[in-house]
Amino acid sequence: MADTRVPTVIADDVHVVYKVHGGGKGRGSATAALSRILRGGKAEKGVREVHAVRGVSFTAYKGEAIGLIGTNGSGKSTLLKAIAGLQPVASGKVYSHGQPSLLGVNAALMNDLTGERNVILGGLAMGMTKQQIRERYQDIVDFSGINEKGDFISLPMRTYSSGMGARLRFSIAAAKDHDVLMIDEALATGDAAFQKRSQKRIEELRATAGTVFLVSHSIGTVRETCDRAIWLERGELRMDGPVKEVCDAYESFSG
Amino acid sequence: MTTTTTRTAPAAAPPPPDLAPAELAALHGLTVSGARPSLPAYVRQLWGRRHFVTAFATARMSAQYSTAKLGQVWHLVTPLLNALVYYFIFGIVMKASHGVADYIPFLLTGVFVWDFIGSSINSGTRSIHSNIGLVRALHFPRASLPISTVVQLFQQLLVTMGALAVLLLAFGQMPRPSWLLAVPTLLLTAVFAAGCAMVMARIGSSMPDVSQLMPFVLRTWMYSSGVMWSIDSMLAKDAFPHWVTLALKCNPAAVFIDLMRFSLIDSFPAHALPPHVWAIAVGWALLAGVGGFVYFWKAEEAYGRG
Repeated sequence: MADTRVPTVIADDVHVVYKVHGGGKGRGSATAALSRILRGGKAEKGVREVHAVRGVSFTAYKGEAIGLIGTNGSGKSTLLKAIAGLQPVASGKVYSHGQPSLLGVNAALMNDLTGERNVILGGLAMGMTKQQIRERYQDIVDFSGINEKGDFISLPMRTYSSGMGARLRFSIAAAKDHDVLMIDEALATGDAAFQKRSQKRIEELRATAGTVFLVSHSIGTVRETCDRAIWLERGELRMDGPVKEVCDAYESFSG
Repeated sequence: MTTTTTRTAPAAAPPPPDLAPAELAALHGLTVSGARPSLPAYVRQLWGRRHFVTAFATARMSAQYSTAKLGQVWHLVTPLLNALVYYFIFGIVMKASHGVADYIPFLLTGVFVWDFIGSSINSGTRSIHSNIGLVRALHFPRASLPISTVVQLFQQLLVTMGALAVLLLAFGQMPRPSWLLAVPTLLLTAVFAAGCAMVMARIGSSMPDVSQLMPFVLRTWMYSSGVMWSIDSMLAKDAFPHWVTLALKCNPAAVFIDLMRFSLIDSFPAHALPPHVWAIAVGWALLAGVGGFVYFWKAEEAYGRG
């Protein structure tokens, strides 16, 4: 049985360490900085290290939908970024099939540009060709529902309400098909009608993607969407197994 | 946190395979996530993203003054005001214009070309750091960021060079064949600036403090590159040895600025250029462009850390 399944992501003893500048004691005060310089050497004094993920190992297989659960700050999003190869790991290795992608395009968009130009810019940033964007442009706009209340797509994004902005961002991000797809709390955007549409789109993405990772605080969403769950606590893998078992254990843990 | 530390051995989903993770990965053709591609593969990826590079540059260019009432006019007005300040200080107060024919075109060319080189290096230093969200969210060759910064500034340079051409006509200079030399000069300058931006992007991403120092480094460089005065006529008065003058004139900023002056301004004498000036210009462009690209690529997998 184990031999017939095709692994898509293998995490081997992954550690992620953030270096935080300005988190240390004395940083920010000029006299402290001066005395540090005078003492010499210890220039790294003001740098604090945050060990966000500590030795996580697992193997994900084709066709699985894996929920990552855990309390705030337990390292879920960081682990997701490490799998995607976006956050360098301090030690250990992540092997993956194809290019795992994070469902998210927010950082590429610019509030001062029109929605229309942001659709194109976001698509290009995700690696779509101009041709693909032209073909899907209308779908993206229709899906977002931005134009339901007038021609908003030709206005700068800074004029959108926060819900409209979130809807357009999700629509752009979900326009591309992925090998290994990771979703970080993206399900709770927009109004009820839009949430229903995005739930459906995620199902479609799941069907075309090999493996889906989902980070969510809503245990209900994880139970509905995933068949396997990984529970992280303080950066360590606490439990890994079928979604029901892990979610039950997590719920009794968090009370 | 004193509850059971149930690190259950994976019950149903992942049976720990007998193979080591690395062997299992190799067996199924999995690759290390976020590994650095080979140099030719990197060039191909970057070429594949060329539309993103230009779209990102154009988007930032047009977003820049979008809340200003005068809008895009500022792309033209800002550099002209900048040049006006230099004209007042150096041309009128300090009389750097003495002994320089056509001082205004001389100054404008210097300021515009320097502005491009200096801003490329300055924004290149910040290009990774100010787009860290993008780096942590999406996959693309990171060199796209410094390059698109330079593309944006190059578009700005083209606007100001267009204005300069109009001004030259207004000052009674007739278009001549040598104006065509401005095209290779612009291209060489752009390659040089992109190379420097990539070098500084890598340094700036690991040491953000460098971006605080850059303005001072750049100002020193500007004042020694003859942006507002002619190196020849300034240094002739003092008893500097010849090699000092030659070294100043061979520094890349001075080379590109003087080549541009030589192309556009009638009265700019050819003997003000250092010997073998085109070879020097091509050399600087190749050294910075190729060297900078390889240097940047060597740390490709590390951008986004910290």
